[in-house]
Amino acid sequence: MFELVFFSLLNGLVFGMLLFMLSSGLTLIFGMMGVLNFAHAGFYMLGAYFAFTLTGYLGFWPALVLAPPLVGVVGALVERHGLRRVHRFGHVAELIFTFGVAVLIEEIVQAVWGRVAKSYEVPALLDFPLFTLFETSFPAFKAFMLLISVGIFVFLFFVLTRTRAGLIIQAALTHPSMVGMLGHNVPRVFMAVFGLGSALAGLAGVIAGPVLGTFPGMAQVLGSIVFVVVVIGGLGSLTGAFVASLLIGILQTFAVALNYSLTDLAAAVGIGLSARSAFADLWTVTVAQVAPILPYLLLILVLIIRPMGLFGTRET
Amino acid sequence: MTPALELRDVYKSFGRTEIIRGVNLEMTAGLRHAIIGPNGAGKSTLFNLITGKYPVTRGRIRLRGEDVTHLRPHQINRRGLSRSFQVTNLFPRLSVFENLRCGVLWSLGYRYSCWHFVNGLRDVQERTEAVLEQIHLTARRDVPAGVLSYAEQRALEIGIALAGSPDVILLDEPTSGMSRSETEQAVALIRRVTAGKTLVMVEHDMSVVFDLADRIAVLVYGEIIANDAPEKIRSNAAVQEAYLGTAQATA
Amino acid sequence: MSLAAAPTARRTAAGARHYGLWLATAVVLAGLPQVFASPIAIAVMNKMGIAIIFALSYNMMLGQGGMLSFGHAVYFGLGGFIAMHALNRLAGGPWALPVPLLPLVGGLAGLGFGALFGSFSTNRAGTVFAMISLGIVELVASSSLILKGFFGGEEGISGNRTKALVLWGIRFASDVQVYYLIAFWAVAAAGLMYAFSRTPIGRMANAVRDNPERAEFVGYSQRTVRFVSFCAGGFFAGIAGGLFAVNYEILTEEAVGLARSGNVLVMTYIGGIGYFAGPIIGAVVFTFLESMLSDYTPIWLLYLGILFLATVLFVPTGFAGVLMMHEPARRAGRLHRLALPYLGAGLVALVLAVGLVGLLEMVHFWSAAAVGRTRMRLFWTTVDVTSLVPWLVFAGLAVGGALALRRLAPRAAAAWNEATYGREGAAS
Repeated sequence: MFELVFFSLLNGLVFGMLLFMLSSGLTLIFGMMGVLNFAHAGFYMLGAYFAFTLTGYLGFWPALVLAPPLVGVVGALVERHGLRRVHRFGHVAELIFTFGVAVLIEEIVQAVWGRVAKSYEVPALLDFPLFTLFETSFPAFKAFMLLISVGIFVFLFFVLTRTRAGLIIQAALTHPSMVGMLGHNVPRVFMAVFGLGSALAGLAGVIAGPVLGTFPGMAQVLGSIVFVVVVIGGLGSLTGAFVASLLIGILQTFAVALNYSLTDLAAAVGIGLSARSAFADLWTVTVAQVAPILPYLLLILVLIIRPMGLFGTRET
Repeated sequence: MTPALELRDVYKSFGRTEIIRGVNLEMTAGLRHAIIGPNGAGKSTLFNLITGKYPVTRGRIRLRGEDVTHLRPHQINRRGLSRSFQVTNLFPRLSVFENLRCGVLWSLGYRYSCWHFVNGLRDVQERTEAVLEQIHLTARRDVPAGVLSYAEQRALEIGIALAGSPDVILLDEPTSGMSRSETEQAVALIRRVTAGKTLVMVEHDMSVVFDLADRIAVLVYGEIIANDAPEKIRSNAAVQEAYLGTAQATA
Repeated sequence: MSLAAAPTARRTAAGARHYGLWLATAVVLAGLPQVFASPIAIAVMNKMGIAIIFALSYNMMLGQGGMLSFGHAVYFGLGGFIAMHALNRLAGGPWALPVPLLPLVGGLAGLGFGALFGSFSTNRAGTVFAMISLGIVELVASSSLILKGFFGGEEGISGNRTKALVLWGIRFASDVQVYYLIAFWAVAAAGLMYAFSRTPIGRMANAVRDNPERAEFVGYSQRTVRFVSFCAGGFFAGIAGGLFAVNYEILTEEAVGLARSGNVLVMTYIGGIGYFAGPIIGAVVFTFLESMLSDYTPIWLLYLGILFLATVLFVPTGFAGVLMMHEPARRAGRLHRLALPYLGAGLVALVLAVGLVGLLEMVHFWSAAAVGRTRMRLFWTTVDVTSLVPWLVFAGLAVGGALALRRLAPRAAAAWNEATYGREGAAS
């Protein structure tokens, strides 16, 4: 039991920090530009695929350094030549545009790399169990993932609170038009933030690819969850993204590990539920099976009750 | 006689900033009222409170005796109160005719009907044409509202507010941004269309105010410092000091 | 009185034109299976008919109401599932339904779920609405694996439409019979949706889209207006879902999924959301490309994605918008002046397209082909992807086409300007 809790907590932490790497970029982009970037998970996917290809030619470590900036450049180009054009048609048009980019990225990946999952492997240097508790071992690569995620968190915290560029970004998060009137080149700041957000997503892809799999559907798998995180945490709030990422990460991991259903619960209290009633599906479903739904239930609940999320200050 | 509009001890704060501090105001039915005051006094906020856009922090608002303090804008509108906006607030992609028709539909009782065809509704057509005539925009009836000239848009603003035959009309700076001649036309229009109704107007142009208003209320820093006939306001010392000092020359 | 007479005369002429159009459409639809009689053609037309209803229902919310939903397939799919269950459970019993009524069952289901989910979705518009719709579609799609009784798990739910109540000897055994059913419902649904846009609620939906605050100040609750639009959209989506169930006789969880929701967004948008006929055009084009292109190339979805993104960036008014853009020129009789400039720009655009397609196809072939295979069929010739020649040729075509387009496109735009506004610069 302790083993279950311990490893679920640890894995939840790893997953949660990965979600934070993804959601931090998304919430930054939303906070500043007011656009919910549907293609964000697509950049995550690009990061994984770029790293896979670069690893083939240069090895994992150069790929780790080169792939994220490459994705960042793609992101900046998308902003400069696409989003900026569509910006004047309003938020709905921007959403439709980023949706189109998401579709395009997925199709391009399938066209260029094929539909089969790629064998993007954990590098040999990190392919060993870090420690073993009871019977379960914790891979070193996951610890590495955690290290990178925490490093990014510290980096973001430092940049945003201690540097001048960071202060401008923070100001633009809540008062974008005012920042423009203070003389800063807001379009360039937007492009830089979009590029940075995309690069962060790409980095998440680079380190998650070997663990979560590198296949054309990987964007869709994580995409919606990242939106849930950002909305629950509060659109535009980095603290909110951090808290919500860990919350959802740990919640999901725990739920998946639990194989109890309502039938088990009832049995524990002494009630036998027939497995052949019309609602049999609902009684026998286990927590693990319900796990994928939980984030969306939470999303809808939050959007109804408190659209600005846990820490957010604005809805749109 | 029940006042058309009554505000009793109305307070409004945004966060810790108090904008409206204890306003007591009565608007007599059938008269034309103006609210004047320096910039930032809270005149638009007052309109937003009356029409239900913002909730009051404290106090009561009554429309013809009925308490409307906590009602939503559409509910207040349905009780016979209509407003125009200082910053033009039209339906840009709809034509002039369709803009006015939107103002007419509810007042003629068609509500959320999905079983009437608007083009075949006689009363809707006639009422809309009538308002179109009144604001002199018949020649522009099929033009999308977004491409009208500024003065035409201001006229349409007033037109939409009138289309539903409201009893109480709130006009928020109807002549702002207009030239001398456009202002004169607007004043003639307002005088014509508000005959017999209660008008409450926020205005900065003193000539318009003294020309049209039967009663003038003066709002300074969220408080009403005077509410009286124009001549009395003109000679009120407190008002002169607070507001009319520099405007005296133009009035 | 002359003022009243003129509009009446104008309205009568317009009315006659309107009814004439619907009648002509019905006649054309009735005759189509005679012209395109092959089983594949019938199957594609059936698919188009369903897509048309689905896209029109989506535009009730997007184009008419200004609400961007990522979850419209929920009402389509749930309508289909309920129609399928109704067919299966009620067949042979006292409540057995005839096939033509099944889409109505789907519609009512779509209406019901629309009211259910709309009760909390429509409080706000814009980004929050879009996010809630995303949550709903993911929720429903995920529950499909849990509620196996309703959704049928991996195999889905299947049925047999010939088991339904038979009226007047029509058993709907053949696809052609289903075609006429779909055509009937398409005309009926389109007619109803068009009528809806001409009612007070339909007009106010447009107003709420443009300026929700002002709509409140003329007495309309923006929430209620959006809610009604949402329910109506759900109703017609459910009809499309019911027809889907009748046509394919099987329904799986992809019918309620995000992919299908995305498809309807794409087809509606490329058709043009600002015009009633836009979604019809978009549905036809999308279904045609979907059905035909997949035979020629495995990356057809990529081309659709490029088409969609190009529409969003360069032609946001869609196909319908482009057609309507030429209306003033047509009325002024100057349309013929566009022939030459458009032909020129069109040809170089074609060259650019050929170059891009060639490159993309070769890239895909290279990465996806089995080891050792180097020759592919491209544009009716065989091409060796390991040799440099085809790469250079297609790259050259692409670059050349792009450069030429840069020169000829402004000329085409100027020609359009002239045709629309005349040489004197005044619009006629």
